[in-house]
Amino acid sequence: MTASGRRLQELKRAVPEVTAEEAFAQQQRGAVLIDVREPDEVAAGSPTGAQRIVRGFLELRIEDLVPELDKPLLVMCAGGARSLFACHDLQGLGYSNVCSVAGGFGAWGSQGLPIEVPRVLSDIERERYSRHVSIPEVGEAGQLTLLESKVLLVGAGGLGSPAGFYLAAAGVGTLGIVDDDVVDRSNLQRQILHTDRRIGTPKVESAVSTLSALNPAIELRSYALRLTSANVEEIFSGYDVVVDGSDNFPTRYLVNDACVKLGIPNVHGSIFRFEGQVSVFWPGYEKRRGPCYRCLFPEPPPPELAPSCAEAGVLGILPGVIGTLEAVEAIKILLGVGDPLVGRLLLYDALSQSFTELAVEPRPDCAWCCEGAVIEEYPDYELFCAVHGG
Amino acid sequence: MSQATVRIPAPLRSFTGGAAEVAVEGDTVGEVLRSLSEIHSGLKQQILTDKDGVRDFVNIFVDNKNIRSLAGLESPVTEDAVIYIVPAVAGGGS
Ligand SMILES: [Zn+2]
Repeated sequence: MTASGRRLQELKRAVPEVTAEEAFAQQQRGAVLIDVREPDEVAAGSPTGAQRIVRGFLELRIEDLVPELDKPLLVMCAGGARSLFACHDLQGLGYSNVCSVAGGFGAWGSQGLPIEVPRVLSDIERERYSRHVSIPEVGEAGQLTLLESKVLLVGAGGLGSPAGFYLAAAGVGTLGIVDDDVVDRSNLQRQILHTDRRIGTPKVESAVSTLSALNPAIELRSYALRLTSANVEEIFSGYDVVVDGSDNFPTRYLVNDACVKLGIPNVHGSIFRFEGQVSVFWPGYEKRRGPCYRCLFPEPPPPELAPSCAEAGVLGILPGVIGTLEAVEAIKILLGVGDPLVGRLLLYDALSQSFTELAVEPRPDCAWCCEGAVIEEYPDYELFCAVHGG
Repeated sequence: MSQATVRIPAPLRSFTGGAAEVAVEGDTVGEVLRSLSEIHSGLKQQILTDKDGVRDFVNIFVDNKNIRSLAGLESPVTEDAVIYIVPAVAGGGS
């Protein structure tokens, strides 16, 4: 008998084995099935719902995936040999409930158990996103998540420009852009999605043209319209994140109200001369209860206190900083990494070149997001802002 | 009395002659804001209601915490505290 044959005999005594059918039944009851085969093997098919970690990275990555050492683990390879070695290593790490699937993927397939062909990055995608794939917090799985994600940009102006550029470059698979405006010469001091030649053309058209040149593989959806109570849910539904780069209070409140109602995180940015604000309004965030925009500002200010960019002016680079921070928050939310600005308001002052973080809490009596608040229909936002605008 | 620094946001600087920071004395946030409005008349109605509450489109923070989660305008001010006035801003650079 060869050395490896002898070793396998020893491992068969040390590692419990289950049949493919039993593995499937245990998986349905919550056990984690890990396919440790090589990427080219997995590309042809892998058990539905299995976690895929190549044998070589198993010990390094298993703890991120399964932190509980007593969780039932089922390990599968092609024929049931490599999985025995893998199980032994997992036992060595301290996992106490590890089984090898006898006969491996071959047995799984011949029993007609469910198989999926996992999406993997194409060679071109792997090259384009290689600097993401290299980051452990992103990796191939994270990049695939981004490619399957949908982000809606409200506004293709100052904030929407850098956010759109970076989200498209990052490979967010579907980017929606809402804007009813046309490109004006005075926009070009800061709205870098647009060009001098496109003055007079719709901003969404200009944005799609720029972003498709940057990343032709993503889907760009344009909405050349103004968001209203009547169309907001139809447009927002299906998006994972909304990036608010709008320029007026009626839209700010509408975006908030629709995001709260639909449970979509609302990445908020606003700018004034040399100062910006960034936050994530997401009452449904699972790690802590965050406020909504109305928790922070139950009412809009009167018009004389709320001059637009046209009236007040804005440093052209400022939306570059704030819109980029919004894009960072969107990516973090999509990947589920880091700590989003939920319950945290970030102020940026370009003149002093300083950031300040302020704590914002949900209002227990918030009219829109508090427990027991009954969301029936959207108010008339123009009226709401005009009334409170006095 | 404690000496506090009040950070004035850009939209309200027309009321402070352009000043981004104003040093004011007071032992509570309410005292500080009331003396601030005595120095710079016109600021009061932008920040406070007639009934001496904070207006709904403005938030006041002391030591990075919203006074609403503390004791409101009665929240104490310690020496060298920084008070932020944060109004709602709509602009997105369109
Ligand atoms: Zn709320």
